[in-house]
Amino acid sequence: MEAVNLLSSNKYTEKQIGYLFISVLVNSNSDLISLINNGIKNDLASRNPTFMNLALHCIANVGSREMAEAFASQIPSILVAGDTMDSVKQSAALCLLRLNRTSPDLVPMGEWTARVVHLLNDQHLGVVTAAASLITTLAQKSPEDFKTSISLAVARLSRIVTSASIDLQDYTYYFVAAPWLSVKLLRLLQCYPPPEDAALRSRLTECLETILNKAQEPPKSKKVQHSNAKNAVLFEAIALIIHHDSEPTLLVRACNQLGQFLQHRETNLRYLALESMCTLASSEFSHEAVKTHIDTVINALKTERDVSVRQRAVDLLYAMCDRSNAKQIVAEMLSYLENADYSIREEMVLKVAILAEKYAVDYTWYVDTILNLIRIAGDYVSEEVWYRVIQIVINQDDVQGYAAKTVFEALQAPACHENLVKVGGYILGEFGNLIAGDSRSSPLVQFNLLHSKFHLCSVPTRALLLSAYIKFINLFPEVKATIQDVLRSDSQLRNADVELQQRAIEYLRLSCIASTDILATVLEEMPPFPERESSILAKLKKKKGPGNLPDIDDTRWNVNGSAEHSEDTESTNKSPPSLMADLLPTNRPRPASSSPTLLSAGTMGSSHPFTDLLNLNSTPSAGASLLVDVLSDISTPAPITVSEDNFSRFVCKNNGVIYEDQLLQIGLKAEYRQNLGRIYVFYGNKTSTQFLSFSSSVTSSDTLKTQLNVHAKAVDPTVDGGAQLQQVVNIECLSDFTDAPVLDIQFRYGGTLQKIAVKLPVMLNKFFQPTEMTSQDFFQRWKQLGVPQQEVQTIFKAQHPMDTDVTNAKILGFGVALLIGVDPNPANFVGAGVIHTKNTQVGCLLRLEPNTQAQMYRLTLRTSRESVSQRLCDLLSDQF
Amino acid sequence: MQFMLLFSRQGKLRLQKWYVPLSDKEKKKITRELVQTVLARKPKMCSFLEWRDLKVVYKRYASLYFCCAIEDQDNELITLEIIHRYVELLDKYFGSVCELDIIFNFEKAYFILDEFLLGGEAQETSKKNVLKAIEQADLLQENIDFQMRLFAGSRDTAQRTGGNWTDINMVHIIIHLPPTSFICQLLYVADNNSNSPLSTLNFTVTHTHTQLCLCFLPLFRDKQCSTVWLISC
Repeated sequence: MEAVNLLSSNKYTEKQIGYLFISVLVNSNSDLISLINNGIKNDLASRNPTFMNLALHCIANVGSREMAEAFASQIPSILVAGDTMDSVKQSAALCLLRLNRTSPDLVPMGEWTARVVHLLNDQHLGVVTAAASLITTLAQKSPEDFKTSISLAVARLSRIVTSASIDLQDYTYYFVAAPWLSVKLLRLLQCYPPPEDAALRSRLTECLETILNKAQEPPKSKKVQHSNAKNAVLFEAIALIIHHDSEPTLLVRACNQLGQFLQHRETNLRYLALESMCTLASSEFSHEAVKTHIDTVINALKTERDVSVRQRAVDLLYAMCDRSNAKQIVAEMLSYLENADYSIREEMVLKVAILAEKYAVDYTWYVDTILNLIRIAGDYVSEEVWYRVIQIVINQDDVQGYAAKTVFEALQAPACHENLVKVGGYILGEFGNLIAGDSRSSPLVQFNLLHSKFHLCSVPTRALLLSAYIKFINLFPEVKATIQDVLRSDSQLRNADVELQQRAIEYLRLSCIASTDILATVLEEMPPFPERESSILAKLKKKKGPGNLPDIDDTRWNVNGSAEHSEDTESTNKSPPSLMADLLPTNRPRPASSSPTLLSAGTMGSSHPFTDLLNLNSTPSAGASLLVDVLSDISTPAPITVSEDNFSRFVCKNNGVIYEDQLLQIGLKAEYRQNLGRIYVFYGNKTSTQFLSFSSSVTSSDTLKTQLNVHAKAVDPTVDGGAQLQQVVNIECLSDFTDAPVLDIQFRYGGTLQKIAVKLPVMLNKFFQPTEMTSQDFFQRWKQLGVPQQEVQTIFKAQHPMDTDVTNAKILGFGVALLIGVDPNPANFVGAGVIHTKNTQVGCLLRLEPNTQAQMYRLTLRTSRESVSQRLCDLLSDQF
Repeated sequence: MQFMLLFSRQGKLRLQKWYVPLSDKEKKKITRELVQTVLARKPKMCSFLEWRDLKVVYKRYASLYFCCAIEDQDNELITLEIIHRYVELLDKYFGSVCELDIIFNFEKAYFILDEFLLGGEAQETSKKNVLKAIEQADLLQENIDFQMRLFAGSRDTAQRTGGNWTDINMVHIIIHLPPTSFICQLLYVADNNSNSPLSTLNFTVTHTHTQLCLCFLPLFRDKQCSTVWLISC
């Protein structure tokens, strides 16, 4: 309060002290703010320049919203009034700038804006200096309104750079003419593209050339201030040249100038030259010129004593890297990494990993590089990096054997990093068979090698190793007994960690119970991962913030091979209960797949499929653990209730839970070949009591009997508590059909008879064989099936989010081949297939046109039989 | 520019200027972090470093570090020269400036900074013009001005002793470098020769800040006292 009283004092000293305290002490929400504002208002109106300046300084220092509200409209008029003193104009300009930054919405644009631009012409260089900052900020927000500033700025700049150094008197700083103003004007010009007017443009080019020339002149003073001021202008000029990116000669000259600085004895200049070259490297005109300095930069990496300079050198190497020099740069970065500073290691690891992947000529080099990376800086290798190498190895057939061999050799080192054990465990688990032929890396040797690391590892790694072991059982039946012994040991089966314990128990049971066929299906090789942006790059981007990574062209990502869509993408988008089912496909038109199985059973649920597959930390969720139920080791209280649409959920997939109540869970796994099919029905007793007189049979309607032969094998009449029973149902399709057979189950539970009837998901589309064809073939056939009865079309509203990957997976699951690049509109989906029945074969073409705006689909089916078209259309239209 | 800090080699903050709105807590955190980072750097290292998403430009002059945080597109070298020009201004005004000048006359340091930089941008780069403005302001200083500068916690009695005054109703006292919590007691001594206190006055602190606090004391004409002591902080 006293400070406010001081403000309204007429004595200068008291006023000054009052303002000082308000600037320093008052926070914006103080209730005194209205009193303060009143005092300021009086001073602004006082016409006493000293008082006005004090008031303006105070506003600029506090810069609160309340102040903006009170004064934003008054200050512009002070700024452009003809009779305002120069010093007040300066303060007013920067005060306005501050208010504009804190509350841009409160600063009104108006007729004053045009007059502000003309301040660039002012006699007083101080006014121009202050105004240039204001105009730059305003021009960034509304470039159109301040376009006229370009010509004024160029004119002013030209006058400064050509002036003799004494002309500007006190604005010359250590023989450099108005360096601050020059820098500000060059900044202002960076808000705009190169001037269109030819004369103006050549004048600007002349200015920039003069600045570049001056850098070559001998210094006028030995003082560091002289060179700093001169180079400040030079660097700003180079920034403008890079911003325009249109004058190749200037760009190359700039690059050469920076090249000289790279060897300058001033650390500051070396730092800035490296930083500035980073941006130059992204220009097509100067990329080559930047590359010529590679040796100097590598030398800087090795010899610079300052970590921040070395960091810049790393950035520059990253920016200048391309296919021609990738090997050299990656090798240098790797060797530097061995003794790099801890603070930049993680970022360097990411960069090496990205460069190695992006410019990999052959994948053996890539695998070597990443393994080296793990060896040298294992602690700094984040999960994304080693996920990525596995992703790539799995997607690239030709490198798998080499990768297996290399990790095997790397694992033989007496001490290896845990990340290497992870990669090793994963890769040997998948591809260990590729090197098993060599007696030095026989299955048992591989297993013993991995297991020798087991006890040194953390829980997540151990969990991963357990998964690798179960995969070994599948790959190498000869080590089954050894591995079972390991799994059976108390340290596994009674492990204090619930995840490890569960894995050990499940894997052991799986290996004991399941037949080799089931084991082979469950533990099959991983399917290729869908192509997507590298998770490493995403991480680096996150680390650096967007826009900070020059020269990253996403289309150049070429590592993932063909763009096959794995159903993992699909599964993550569905609800947990169906996940496991999706992981066990059999008749997909591509290498049947699925391997993370148990491992992923507990962990699929979040939105990042790849990470999930490897995310070993989360505990298994009840709903997802079908296999757990199937194996009946643990009776999970599954939260699923039977939904009406369970039947239709099986249209595009073959496995999953078809029915579940408190007592019984029924799971299905189906395979179809041509016109034949086989369904494995699993009855899981969820209680602890026996089911007695259990029977299940399949019945069909009379019409259906003539179309479909269904034969269910007999089953045991008792199902023990917690146990599970399997029944095989064989199916033969005679002709096309619409109905579905019904599974009748009855059993006695605690003396009461239970009856359940479940519709078996046997649909016409199960007998599809996919047909690949070219665009020409497709449309030719499409036209051939042009009779109105052959076509069925329906338009319907999307029930699920319209996701291309999910739709692709559903169409594939439907059984047809997904024809990519056939439809002229890439948003549309086109498929083709042949339905096999005993009597006939029916060719079928389908086309699905999504309309994302309306959230609608149009589905068109053309087959040679009307009834088939209709049935398929009904089946498929429910799915989206 | 986002902010400017001046701190000593021991890490004591001597002057701070913020051009972006931040809470006191944030300011303290940033200051602590940055002071540590900068002090840890060796003399030959370059004057620029990346810090969070800002660029920090610093330079050491004798025992004082001048440290500016600028944004990504800002020019590092010209910022370095802003620091230098500010030092030149201080030097010229105080006549070969030292850390103590800034401690004792911190408000002058702030005024000079305000004339030179406003809202984080250079306002007037001419040395002559800035000093002219400050001198003009100094001329306006009234002689009756009675500002007492007392240093809390100082061992030097001279720094804890105020001057003479006789006929002022109200006085504001600036206490430098106050500790975070304190009770102040002023001792009026009637006569320099006898150190017996005339009376004591407990006073309230109206505004506090890390660097200074402002106190207003009602005084009565009849209490003819010559010296004020700050006895406890």
